[in-house]
Formats: sequence, structure tokens, C-alpha cells
Amino acid sequence: MEFPKDLKYATSDEWVRVEGKTATVGISDYAQSQLSDIVFVEVTAAVGETIEQGKAFASVESVKAASEIYLPLKGKVVAVNDELPGTPELMNSDPYGKAWMIRVEIADTAQVAGLMDAAAYAKHCDERSH
Amino acid sequence: MAYIPHTEDERQAMLAAVGVRSLDDLYQAVPAAVRFPDLELPEAVSELEVMEELQALSEANLDARHTVCFLGAGAYNHFVPSVVDHILRRGEFYTAYTPYQPEVSQGTLQAIFEYQSLICNLTGMDVSNASHYDGATALAEAAILAYNHHRGKRSKIVLSPGIHPHYRQTVRTYMQGMGLNLVGDAALGNDSAALAGLLDSDTLMVAVQYPDFFGRIEDFTALGKAAHAVGALLCVCVNPLALGLLKPPAEFDADIVVGDGQPLGIPMSFGGPSLGHFTVKKEFVRKMAGRLVGETVDGRGQRGFVLTLSTREQHIKREKATSNICTNVALMALASAVYLSAMGKRGLRQVAELCYHKAHYAAEQIGGLKGYTLWNRGEFFHEFAVRCPRPVADVNRFLLDECGILGGYDLGQDYPELRDHMLIAVTEMNSKEQIDDLVAGLKEVAHV
Repeated sequence: MEFPKDLKYATSDEWVRVEGKTATVGISDYAQSQLSDIVFVEVTAAVGETIEQGKAFASVESVKAASEIYLPLKGKVVAVNDELPGTPELMNSDPYGKAWMIRVEIADTAQVAGLMDAAAYAKHCDERSH
Repeated sequence: MAYIPHTEDERQAMLAAVGVRSLDDLYQAVPAAVRFPDLELPEAVSELEVMEELQALSEANLDARHTVCFLGAGAYNHFVPSVVDHILRRGEFYTAYTPYQPEVSQGTLQAIFEYQSLICNLTGMDVSNASHYDGATALAEAAILAYNHHRGKRSKIVLSPGIHPHYRQTVRTYMQGMGLNLVGDAALGNDSAALAGLLDSDTLMVAVQYPDFFGRIEDFTALGKAAHAVGALLCVCVNPLALGLLKPPAEFDADIVVGDGQPLGIPMSFGGPSLGHFTVKKEFVRKMAGRLVGETVDGRGQRGFVLTLSTREQHIKREKATSNICTNVALMALASAVYLSAMGKRGLRQVAELCYHKAHYAAEQIGGLKGYTLWNRGEFFHEFAVRCPRPVADVNRFLLDECGILGGYDLGQDYPELRDHMLIAVTEMNSKEQIDDLVAGLKEVAHV
């Protein structure tokens, strides 16, 4: 299980890469392994739309379950990964790279501080697997 | 062993939790007089007597077997080959409830799969679900799909006035409280061009019927183009039997094709059960309501059937599912699958042609009668409207009493501008003699 140190994590298993005013969001290695084979991805948020913290912006279906993906911090959508609907398997093979889901302009930088670092998130995952 | 789910201790605990001492205390809110009312039931009678009474009641009904029927308006009198009932009434199909552990019921799944395949062939669409209750609910589900496709961001639905009035009412019932604007069907004269004029970037769907409620056949290719130009979906509600003869709606580039399957091997049965077809282009499959059966291979490489894509359904997506309707009418879907298999491609075309030609003969004869005017202008299938010289109720009373004929549908009930207009349906069940009798009856009633 990988938890890159340069990322922030949410308790609902999204990762966030903060670069200046923008945040890129996807789901963690732990999340993809729990879901197992992902067969469908739909990003319901559109570019230009502002989404509140904790609101769903995408829905992911695996052979086991259907899940909503939540935005860990409020922001205005600047980009959506168009590759994912055609190649949902990227969510399993490259969760932190090619399977980024959405990029937003951060509305409130204070919300970044509320996210976990890699160590805290690894602990959070470990606790749930027992 | 008596099946009593609660022990006395559990009952006492529940009573204590709601703050009453006994079961009688719980019922205090119900007035004593109605708690155990005298039902005034008659004395018990024997099975023989019950059968006699029920027989007499059922014989008081008028049905299409004991009258000559020219009534359609959504439910049609067609021949059903006896093989349909024979297969339908096999215990394996007839008594089975919805398969909650679906893959154990391979026969049921295969029957649904065959049904889906046949409906796709007929409509030209990519995917069919396992069915809905009837044409009206299928059309309402189409509106829900289109609404969800646009993520609830569009609020206008354009409905053709040529859609069955009950179907339009059902759509309105399903969509109430969602802040939507349903337009287009208030004026009877709204044709395809007028409907296209109502389309805008807030329109989620435009729906038409093919053939329409008045039997009219229209090419909706231009309307489909206009809808897609503003991002709206085109939904075509069909009479599947007419598709034995007509161009499939997929050729209009329809996104959703729904319809009532009753004409395909299902008797009218005083109004139901019926069958709702629901088909879409592949790109909308995840937004589709209802069950979907797919074909696969098992671990040993053998062909098998599964419920597929069920992640989109209520039992997994719960309140996030686009629709919570999972029910299908498996038995009616089976009936229509058996019907289509028995008729074959040529048989279905032959039935459709018989309906078409007999209806056109009837229209020509009635249109030539003094006092009657054929309302339909262009092409029509097996149904047409005529203006009568007297109120439709009077005409129908005469036809029934004097000729043993069930006359047409009184269009004035739904379209005030069509007062004294009768909708007449002619199927392969109507012989030339019957049509001639109808014409003679109509001629006579004009002079009474």
C-alpha cells in the first residue's frame, strides 16, 4: 500500500495534491484496493462549477460496489480528467498518477490544514483493516 | 408449529418502550365501535354456489370475444397463438417470484435475455431492460433518465399532444414536485415543427408517439436533429406491433424508445397487466432504470446468464440510483418473447400489414359516408379518427345495442376540440364482414 508523502488525505479516502492555489484530487491506493476492479467512473461536476467541501463530485463503480467521491476542500473546478470514463482501470493501476480525477481552485486555504498527512492517513487505513 | 415472531417478553418490552401497559391500551385511539365492527357477512355457501355467482358476474362483462371490437386507444384486440399461454402457464415461470438470488434461476434469466434481444431487434436500439409495468410508466422512466442525464440542471420537457393522454398524465405524476416545466401538448395542432420550435438549452427531452394516439405515422428524423442540436434527448413511444411494418425509431436517432407491449401476445384483460418496453442507446445504459440481464460464460466456459450492471440499481446505489423501480413484469415479457418467436419476422409483418390494410379499407368506407369526415390527413397505421354526425356516446350505444359492436374511443374526453370525434382501431381480428357491419351501423345511426 502506497501513501506518497507529498500528498494530503481525507478520512473519506481521497488524496489531494496542493500546488499553489490549485488542488488535484483522486482516490487513494487503499480506496481502490477496497473497491477492487473499477469498471465505471463518472465525474458529475463540470468545469466552472464551485463545489462545497464534502460534496460529491464523482461516482465510481466497481464489481463490488458503487461509491460517491467527495471533494475534501471547497473549490471551483478548473479541470476534469476526461480519460477516466474510457479507461476506468487506471483507477486501480495508477491511483496517484494518471487516475487524478479533478482539479480545483482552492477557495479556502485554511481547509488544507484540516487534511491528514501520509503518516496519519496510513494509520487511519491500518486501524480500519483490523 | 405456530409462527409467532415475538415472545411475550419482547411484546412487553415494546409496549413499555411506547409507554402503554397492554395491547388493548395501544388500540385506545381506535373508537370502540369500529374496533370489531359487525361485517354483516352472508351465510357461508358451498363452492358450487360460489362458482355459480362468480360465473354470473363474469358473464355480465362485455369482452372482445363476444362482441365485435373496434376499440383501441392503447389496448388492442390481437390474436394470441395458443403456444403463448402454454409456455406462460408452466409452473417454473408462472409461480416464480422475482429471483432474489437471480443466477440460480437460469431459465428466468434466459427468458428475460431473449425478450431484451427481441425488443432490441424490433426497435433497432442497443440495450433493453427487463421491462416496466406498461407504456405509461416506461415513458415516465424515460423522463427520469433524461433528467438525470442532465444532472437535474435542465427543467423543460416537451411532450407531443399525439402521446396517449394517460401516458402524459403519468409523466406529470412521476415528475411532480421537481420544478419541471412540461410543455407542448396543450395545443392539438402542435406538430413536429412546432415542437422543435419549443426546444431550447433548458430542454431535457422531447417525447413523441409512433404511431401516435390518432394512429398517425410521422418521420421524426428532423425533430431528433433539432433536439440533439440543443443537447436534449429524443424519446419515441412506440406501438411495437407497428414496427413489424414501419421504420425502426433508432433510424430517427432516438435516444430512448419506450412502448406498451400489450399488442405482442398479451390479452386486453379489462386493462392489464400490460408490459412496458424500455430501450436506450448504449451510452445511457448506466442511467437506465430496472433490471438488465446479460449473457456470459461460467468458470467452465459454458454459456450462462447474469443480472448485469446492477451497481446502478437501488440495492447498491440506494438513494443515489436514478430510479428505484426494479420491478419488471417477467411473465408478460415472456408472453411477448414467445409471441415474437412464434410469429417470426414475416408473421409480425403480416399481422401489421393486415391491420394496416383493414384499417385503410374501413377508413375509406367510413370517410365516404354522409355526415362522417375522416380527421386524419397523412399516413396512419391501424387507427384513425372520424367526426361523427352525433355525439360519440349515442353512436356507440346504437352500435352496441343494434349491431353487437364495441365502437371507438370518444376523443372529446381528452381533447375538447375533438368533440364528436371517434377513434377507431382495426386489427387482423376484424373481418371484412365486421367492417362492413360497422359501416352499415354508422350509416344507419346517422339517420336515426
